Amino acid sequence: MSVAPAIHRLSSVSKVLIRSISAHNSLKTFSLAGHRDQACTRSRQFSCYTRPLRSENKVTVHFVNRDGEKMTVKGSPGDSLLDVVIDQNLDFDGFGACEGTLACSTCHLIFEEEVYKQLGPITDEEMDMLDLAYGLTDTSRLGCQICLTKSLEGMTVRVPESVTDIRQPDMGTTSSS
Amino acid sequence: MNTSRVFVFKQLKSLLRVKCSSAAPSNDLRRLTATPGSCPKVCVVGGGPAGFYTAQHLLKAHPAVQVDIYERLPVPFGLVRFGVAPDHPEVKNVINTFTQTAQHERCSFHGNVNVGKDVSVQELQQAYHAVVLSYGAEGNRSLGVPGENLSGVYSAKDFVGWYNGLPSNKDLKPDLSRETAVILGQGNVALDVARILLSPLDILKETDITQPALEALAASRVRRVLIVGRRGPLQVACTIKELREMVNLPGTMPEMVTAEFQGIAEALKDLPRPRKRLTELMLKAAQGSSEGGGAEKRWGFRFLRSPVEILPAPDVSRAAAIRLGINRLEGSGEGARAVPTGEVEDVECGLIISSIGYQSLPIDPTVPFDPRKAIIPNKMGRVQQAAGLYCSGWVKRGPTGVIATTMNDSFDTARSLIQDMETGELDTSAAKMGSQAVTPLLLKRGVNPVSFSDWKKIDTEEMKSGKAAGKPREKMLDVAEMLKAAHS
Repeated sequence: MSVAPAIHRLSSVSKVLIRSISAHNSLKTFSLAGHRDQACTRSRQFSCYTRPLRSENKVTVHFVNRDGEKMTVKGSPGDSLLDVVIDQNLDFDGFGACEGTLACSTCHLIFEEEVYKQLGPITDEEMDMLDLAYGLTDTSRLGCQICLTKSLEGMTVRVPESVTDIRQPDMGTTSSS
Repeated sequence: MNTSRVFVFKQLKSLLRVKCSSAAPSNDLRRLTATPGSCPKVCVVGGGPAGFYTAQHLLKAHPAVQVDIYERLPVPFGLVRFGVAPDHPEVKNVINTFTQTAQHERCSFHGNVNVGKDVSVQELQQAYHAVVLSYGAEGNRSLGVPGENLSGVYSAKDFVGWYNGLPSNKDLKPDLSRETAVILGQGNVALDVARILLSPLDILKETDITQPALEALAASRVRRVLIVGRRGPLQVACTIKELREMVNLPGTMPEMVTAEFQGIAEALKDLPRPRKRLTELMLKAAQGSSEGGGAEKRWGFRFLRSPVEILPAPDVSRAAAIRLGINRLEGSGEGARAVPTGEVEDVECGLIISSIGYQSLPIDPTVPFDPRKAIIPNKMGRVQQAAGLYCSGWVKRGPTGVIATTMNDSFDTARSLIQDMETGELDTSAAKMGSQAVTPLLLKRGVNPVSFSDWKKIDTEEMKSGKAAGKPREKMLDVAEMLKAAHS
């Protein structure tokens, strides 16, 4: 991967890399560095040089998917959790629909309380999107806004259950508002 | 969806190589793939988010299913292209995923096909094992008040279609000559319209808003937008992102009626977090409006008001004012009801936009439709009493929610469909012709479908002319023009 310069958060569609469909064609969304907020971008520029180095520079993350299965992967410091999900080809349905531009809440993740306290400050814009997330908890964040650091080594993050489980199974209802 | 099964699929995908005739090597797959030579064939009606997300999940969860997407217009993506506001380019990033779906080896896009007119749903059912109706909500709820047909009164659907380049709305020419505009409804569409009406031109001219809309807005005299709702501040339907954009819109200031917020601050503590944060922001904006300021343009909510009549100018040529009935609330919270008090007030205005909701329309007499709820009656996307018919998106659950809502509900429909294939509820044993049966029918009827690579030609041309104007894209506004580019 080449050095990614700081690109404005609202990357235009044309800037977004559309990876050709692989043999596994997992139909995921992809992103470039364009979505990260400044804190992430800074560390990313650094991390790009260290990326090919040995794995002890990597951060281990345990994801628990919607079926309760644990998946353990490694990511580079500076990568967002959305990057990790995409780079590691983790199969979470519909994850990261807006490609990390703070325009949806599909990369919603739930953190352990101790880890949550360590995460950086949360912007109003991220809170606004979280307000639309299904299964919002007190330790929810958007994966596109959380960048890996060594201090997050070994954390476990949970993908919230799909909406299917909380909605009435019958006919759709029309809002009356 | 059982994840371990997905992994089995993934491993076996290379073995299958899409050729259904290479018989399935495992029990798991034998159950899912039909007899040699006949892949399950599904078609999706509607090339918007619901259609694409349904197709995406079908392709991912089944190793052999073939999915054809039929779309009435020559261009794909539905409301992502024609609904999402031009100043929300980040929301349109979903197009990248849709493009991957359309270019998937087992998916094909057939634009310029009007299902219900060019080809019937019954004909599609003969050609496919299953038909998914994802055609959205093209109608709008009417106000049902005298004067709503006067010049100067528009539905938000048409107004949004106008600035977003929907071919059927290109000649709308909304009247932007008066200072005050009234928007009826307080959802996100209402706020999109308010924002477009008041946005500095410098912001808009770098978006893919159409050139005629940009020119009309440059000449607009609208300086004040009132966003009217029949209920109170605790019942507004917009989400906080859109409200925050209004609060932060350069060159504007809120103009609220402080009295309308009585008791609201006290109610905050009992609200769930999203409603609480939204209400706090609204209160902040209301306080800001009482502080005054020098902004040239103003916007504000007006609560507990329902339209009673649209009043014409003396020469009856256009709308000059709207008469609003004053309501009181019965009950509290989300379920509170607006009850008329009998009092009315008149608000002078030139532009009136009704943004009280989109509405799905029936597509074909053979498809069940619930006229009261304006949806296709269904259970988890299975159309009731209609084997082989499914639905997703707005036509399934009504015209509400953000794209992620439609994504989830489309995935649900795809899961139902796959489950029915697995249980045999959906019979895929007979070979079906799919588009090989439909395309000849269309050609015979003089309809020339637009493939996804044809769309890419339109796309390239739009981006090229956009670039010349410093915009991400300049949309073609005319179906004939689109077809010419597509079939060039």
